[in-house]
Amino acid sequence: MTNLSHLRRDFPILRREVEGHPVIFLDSAASAQKPIPVLDAMDRFYRSQYANVHRGAYRLSQEATELYEDARRRVARFINAGSPDEIIFTKGTTTALNGLSSSWGYDHLEAGDRIVLSMMEHHANVVPWQLVAKRTGAELVYVPLTTGYDIDLDALRSTIDSRVKIVSLTGMSNVLGTIPPMQQISDIVRAQSEAVLIVDGAQLVPHVEVDVQTLGADFLAFSAHKMLGPTGIGVLWGKPELLEEMEPWEGGGEMISTVDLYESTWAPVPQKFEAGTPPIAEAIGLAAAVHYLEEIGMNAIRSHDLDLTEYALHRLGEVPDLVQYGPTDIKSRGGVVSFTLGDVHPHDIATILDSRGISVRAGHHCAKPLMADLGVTATARASFHVYNGRDDVDALIEGLHEARSLFGLSEG
Amino acid sequence: MALDELYREVILDHYRNPRNRQPLGAPGAHADGHNPLCGDEISLDILVVDDTVTEVSIVGRGCSISQSSASMMSEAIKGKTRAEIAELTGRFKAMMDIDTEGDAGLDPDRPGSVLGDLEALQGVRKFPVRIKCANLAWTTLEEALGEAK
Repeated sequence: MTNLSHLRRDFPILRREVEGHPVIFLDSAASAQKPIPVLDAMDRFYRSQYANVHRGAYRLSQEATELYEDARRRVARFINAGSPDEIIFTKGTTTALNGLSSSWGYDHLEAGDRIVLSMMEHHANVVPWQLVAKRTGAELVYVPLTTGYDIDLDALRSTIDSRVKIVSLTGMSNVLGTIPPMQQISDIVRAQSEAVLIVDGAQLVPHVEVDVQTLGADFLAFSAHKMLGPTGIGVLWGKPELLEEMEPWEGGGEMISTVDLYESTWAPVPQKFEAGTPPIAEAIGLAAAVHYLEEIGMNAIRSHDLDLTEYALHRLGEVPDLVQYGPTDIKSRGGVVSFTLGDVHPHDIATILDSRGISVRAGHHCAKPLMADLGVTATARASFHVYNGRDDVDALIEGLHEARSLFGLSEG
Repeated sequence: MALDELYREVILDHYRNPRNRQPLGAPGAHADGHNPLCGDEISLDILVVDDTVTEVSIVGRGCSISQSSASMMSEAIKGKTRAEIAELTGRFKAMMDIDTEGDAGLDPDRPGSVLGDLEALQGVRKFPVRIKCANLAWTTLEEALGEAK
């Protein structure tokens, strides 16, 4: 067991009180809190190093450019990309997936082609594909889940054929915590189609060591703000030959080589995909977050998440009327637990917990197709990161008992 | 924050035993209410005869606040004229409005004398994120009344 909750002191916000209670933050799957090194790196940049990148012939711009490109190198090493040029900074996972759908998707899809998703995708990995399907006449196909809340590999096998051009799947479900076996999925996709495999890594990358050389994906998207970094920046990683081939999805400054009145040529990858002034301070904050995660060690983080999740599942199992949604095999899930509690609606659960300073998410978690599949309209969700400990789970359980008592659920 | 001020018995009773769920006897005006943020849903049908709401049918799903508010509203508006309903709606929204220090005209000495069971929802004001839940049925009602014109 790895206990990292001593790291709490690095997160100033956790010293705050809500309603006379210290903040107990159990909503990291929505967005994680920020440690001092991230805050300091961004503050330092704005106070003493700030300038735009890639243009000024002056010292400040040169320093800012170095820091920005250092961030790219650090992120590349973090996911073991072949080169920093494979790292495209975007606004976040959502922008990365929209970029892929509107550029790669639009250029490679024809009427009758298929895009394969799973039943547990976040809306950010659903709606962009609906948009491009509408424009191209391609068709969306959803792979169902097993009763164990994982992607049904037999169904995947019978779905993948030469009509499938894109397979886009979550690396870890934001509702169920499921971490699908991506290598196995990749083997099926490769064996039965020429499709590209896109992984929505928004939940995976902040919690599990990801090596793009063995992940089995062609593209990987993730966001800084869920990995202890700032909002406003995310990453699209792609195989270099695919990034070379792909057209930019935005035009503007920074991304061009030459501009004539009626035509332009593009800058090399990755600048080709980074039109306009990029989120510079955010890239520096992301690099600091990556450094922070590396110092702890992704394996230690994984083991900490597993310990907390196992403990949470055990303690939640003791609460009468509570139903959990997610794999029972702890090894195939991350630090996310979703549940319902008798007829106490998740929003009521969240309000009751909030009065104890506990932040959980309640609702459809931007995964309405999954909610329908589970036969619920909403769940409550607790999710963990390095600053959480078993004491947070204990506080959650106490709050749930109060919810039961306020709603007059009988002890059973 | 006092949770027991929010989760009053009467609220839980309306949440668990919502009133006026039966369909209308004759076709009336319909409106759907939906809070995309939290997923609360209300489906409302009313029959307006000579300016009076004679029948109400309301179904939905969502949290205890949105659903109890809907159920209590359905009881409060039945048999009332448009003018009476407009006054009721005004008072209810005033009760929910954090900025108008309670000029819903409630009488603290005689609880329930002005808005009946609905007064039990006044605790919601202390939970600003839940005000939308309480108001959903009323916004849906305004739409249905517009339809009925």
